[in-house]
Amino acid sequence: MRVEQISVFLENKAGRLSEVTRILSEAGVNIRALSLADTSDFGILRLIVNDNDKAKEALKRNGFTVGKTDVVAVEVGDHPGGLHKILDVLYQANVNVEYMYAFVQQSGNNAVIIFRFDNLEEAVKILTQNGIKVIDGSVLYGM
Amino acid sequence: MIYNMEYETMPREALEAIQFKRLQATLERVYAMVPFYRNKFHEAGITPSDVRALSDLHCLPFTTKQDLRDNYPYGMFAVPMDNVVRIHASSGTTGKPTVVGYTARDIETWAELMARALASGGASRGDIIHNAYGYGLFTGGLGVHYGAEKLGASVIPISGGNTKRQIMIMKDFRPTILTCTPSYALHLGEVAQEMGVDFQGLHFKSGVFGAEPWSEEMRQEIERKLHLSAVDIYGLSEVLGPGVAVECIDAKNGLHIAEDHFIAEIIDPETGEVLPNGKRGELVFTSITKEAFPIIRYRTRDISMLHREPCICGRTHVRMSRVTGRTDDMLIIRGVNVFPSQIESVLMEMEGVEPHYQLVVDRKDNLDLLTVRVEVGEHIFSDEVRMLQTLERKISKNIKEFLGVSAKVKLVEPKTIERSEGKAKRVIDNRVL
Ligand SMILES: [Zn+2]
Repeated sequence: MRVEQISVFLENKAGRLSEVTRILSEAGVNIRALSLADTSDFGILRLIVNDNDKAKEALKRNGFTVGKTDVVAVEVGDHPGGLHKILDVLYQANVNVEYMYAFVQQSGNNAVIIFRFDNLEEAVKILTQNGIKVIDGSVLYGM
Repeated sequence: MIYNMEYETMPREALEAIQFKRLQATLERVYAMVPFYRNKFHEAGITPSDVRALSDLHCLPFTTKQDLRDNYPYGMFAVPMDNVVRIHASSGTTGKPTVVGYTARDIETWAELMARALASGGASRGDIIHNAYGYGLFTGGLGVHYGAEKLGASVIPISGGNTKRQIMIMKDFRPTILTCTPSYALHLGEVAQEMGVDFQGLHFKSGVFGAEPWSEEMRQEIERKLHLSAVDIYGLSEVLGPGVAVECIDAKNGLHIAEDHFIAEIIDPETGEVLPNGKRGELVFTSITKEAFPIIRYRTRDISMLHREPCICGRTHVRMSRVTGRTDDMLIIRGVNVFPSQIESVLMEMEGVEPHYQLVVDRKDNLDLLTVRVEVGEHIFSDEVRMLQTLERKISKNIKEFLGVSAKVKLVEPKTIERSEGKAKRVIDNRVL
């Protein structure tokens, strides 16, 4: 019930993000979701792609520092308060969200949100217990 | 004014006779008292009695910073600790400082040489000396302090920092002589301007500036902005502290070396060969009167040259030109000696941090700013911003603790630090001297 995410260290200067997307596109890797967290000095680009190994290999070959983290993809109901319900469940259970961002594709009519937790096992357990749908990586990469 | 007319204007012949006598006594003493020197002399196959003239000095082995480090902390002392009344230290290449000691007589000698230096810079009894060199392990503050008292001047032991308060004190206490690093002098000028205080309305006549390399252009800027006459002073704790050499306010063209206490040589830093007068090379000092911490042929790594032409001031002591650089990559940041290797050891001690780094030094508002660029490898990389920021802060904190200098840490992508012939360029010094 986990999704593999790759992250890339970027200096905060012009052209670095487009360099990453260029490398991935030349390697034939599709980007499924992307989020950039940045400070005044540096940024961390987080990516969900259709082929992690290929993406990692291409980026490393081009001198980027690449990391790998497990995240959780959660289906969010297409109705008011859908996301709130999820966050509330996590809050009540004292599960800390490190960060989150939206997945490009929808799952049917529902949106997909990527969550990064401190304690992934615990989070997945809480979510499923509360009837929230967690999407497995194998399904997600193909979406 | 010449503080010690007899010694400072002594005819060369008499001066050299004294130098030789004092050199012999020093050699006998280090041979007897310091195992390091005895072993070095044995290895070179010489004993003190083989030195029969001043010109034989070049047969003696050099002493390096590494030797001092190997004998940390007291191994180079030539007197029992009972006789040591003061200890100073300067930062070394690996974080361990270089420790030096002084007997009561050494302190007396140092005060005499600093009194000479201040007099050479225009001070005399009745002057008020605003001493903004740091007081502490660093020799600057206390060195000037004792010299000022010896001279009979009034010293304000203000030390470094709290610049606005310094300006207020300058207005109210009316000091006439300023002593600090040249970059701090310019900083004082700027802060005064911001506060609406004009140096022209203060009472300074001259300033004695040193502890870091500076240029003729910087001198002109200081003189213009601070409305005083600026002279250059040189010294290093391994040899004594400030007062080893100083410019005379009359000529302001080269620093007279106190030759009745030190013998200076210029060598080719590659071959160790002694170079003639007027040739640029590495400065080497031998102390000939020090008791607690005598030093034989110490390689300073400072680049200079010697001039023996007579000076208009009447002093007969040789002049060294302003130090123009270093033979190693040591940086002086806000008066603190920083070696890239020290930063490297800080990084190496932190788990996962790779020693791919670069030091960038800038000068903003006349204060030195050190930025340490560190390449982010996989071991320290995290997908969380918070983790990387914590790492930056931790490196910064360790550098501050280890080296006593504040640094901004900037994480950079791998392989972004310039490498020439596979060797990383460790230092970018953007300061314009
Ligand atoms: Zn002179």
